Amino acid sequence: MLKKIKEFIIERLIFLSGIASIVFVLLIFIFLLKEGISIFKTVGLFDFLSGRFWYPISDPPKLGILPLIMGSLLVTLGAVVIAVPLGIASAFYIAEVASPRVRDALKSCVEVLSAIPSVVLGFIGMVTLVPFVKALFKIPTGLTAFSGSIMLAFMALPTIISISEDAINAVPRQYKEGAIALGATHWQTLYRVIIHGAMPGVIAASMLGIGRVIGETMAVMMITGNAAVIPTTFLQPVRTLTATIAAEMGETVRGSEHYYALFAIGIVLFVISFLINVTADLFLHKDKR
Amino acid sequence: MTNLTVNLKEKIGFGALFLATMAVVVPVLCIIWLIVTRGWSAISWEFLFTMPRDGMRAGGIFPAIVGTFYLVLGSVAFSLPVGVMAAIYLNEYAKDNFLTRMINLAIINLSGVSSVVYGLFGLSLFVVFFRFGVSIISGSLTLGIMTLPVIITTTREALRAVPKPFREVSFSLGTTRWQTIRHAVLPFALPGILTGAILSIGRAAGETAPILFTVAAFYLPNLPNSPFDQAMALPYHLYIISTQIPNIRLDYRYGTALVLVGFVLIMNISAIVVRSKFRKKRW
Repeated sequence: MLKKIKEFIIERLIFLSGIASIVFVLLIFIFLLKEGISIFKTVGLFDFLSGRFWYPISDPPKLGILPLIMGSLLVTLGAVVIAVPLGIASAFYIAEVASPRVRDALKSCVEVLSAIPSVVLGFIGMVTLVPFVKALFKIPTGLTAFSGSIMLAFMALPTIISISEDAINAVPRQYKEGAIALGATHWQTLYRVIIHGAMPGVIAASMLGIGRVIGETMAVMMITGNAAVIPTTFLQPVRTLTATIAAEMGETVRGSEHYYALFAIGIVLFVISFLINVTADLFLHKDKR
Repeated sequence: MTNLTVNLKEKIGFGALFLATMAVVVPVLCIIWLIVTRGWSAISWEFLFTMPRDGMRAGGIFPAIVGTFYLVLGSVAFSLPVGVMAAIYLNEYAKDNFLTRMINLAIINLSGVSSVVYGLFGLSLFVVFFRFGVSIISGSLTLGIMTLPVIITTTREALRAVPKPFREVSFSLGTTRWQTIRHAVLPFALPGILTGAILSIGRAAGETAPILFTVAAFYLPNLPNSPFDQAMALPYHLYIISTQIPNIRLDYRYGTALVLVGFVLIMNISAIVVRSKFRKKRW
């Protein structure tokens, strides 16, 4: 009898843990809304998203996040241009060209990259990349969107490489064997046959990489210069959505408009990552339907 | 002639892929090499085991190491049981229905949410709503929820790898479902679960944004002595000595980075070792 009760309790706990992920996602959304929604009453959703000025501590405060959105977009765009081609090419090399031993070494290397904490990459970027960019372009500061893009590209690469590689490995062997049997070279097989089979996975990988870049906080805060103005070039300081929250939350008064506005930025980020992850998941499971 | 151009094309194509791979791998090796060589000179008994002095420009980083240790311990204490049970539910109990699909979607989203959004969440739920204050417990729980997907996915993989006949034989002996899981499945999935736990420890140790508003202190003269105290932490310490305090010796910063990266990489390498031993095993 006692055993039965014990078992009943354990199975209840297992079920509760099973649905815990749903509960946590809902809690995150609810608590962001709870703290952030009131800003839309005072500022208005449209003005909040399209306001050109972010002066949270002036009087009255100007709370428009367009400069921050543009900052995030610019840094992300730069990172994507670097990381997507590099990542996909590396994934093909690792999955199709490299010998097993080289493949293992390369994969460990990618795993090491994904393990390096973002604050460490930010620090390394500050002491190496930032002075280099400053000297290269002869600009007053190396803390620019361009520097941020390079560093963020490295943070997106492990995601892009590992998911693309899975997608390439999942292409049925018969496709490849069929192409080779018809006289195609390995390279022709790769870029005419395998790439098509792997495409949905590669697209999902790129999207998840983008998601990673938009949500990245520490490295971006340390090397993009944090100027909340609408950027016009890659070689000027920008401030992203994430960096704004991280840099300013410590200085706000709980319950102030500024505090609510930072939570509202959190809502924007949550919605973006939600959309990206759901779409990427659709691509990943396309073939299974 | 055509054969020649085809072969040439293949050479160029593979060459390009190789160069792209090197463009990823070489900087990674350079970064590790840089941190190890520059940071090594800063590492000493004093650096690791004493309190900071002179506005953190001298002395050691002991309180940051201790703080990170507490945070990691707290986050795993939360995420390991919840994550393992969630994986058991998904692999052993769940049917292919709407609820299961929602759970999978939720896990994907938990792993995709920006780390600074976790910080906001921890601030509003644990610090403010539950009145835990800016404390180790708030930070640990925030990190715990963030690392949950790591534990769930690795544990689920480990459970999936346990062959079906194990369960069938156990059932045929008249055991209940839980007895089967407890005695015929879990013991064989243990290395995989361990891998997940180790990976999540590495992840929790390196995260900065989730602890910014939930636990991290700029400087504390004493070590924390309750879960409701603030704490210093390694990644946050590296952040402030890199950006907030001027004129800090560069080797001091490299040293801090080395301690952090060293810990994280040791965790990851252990996880790889455990996993490869596990994979070699044949039933």
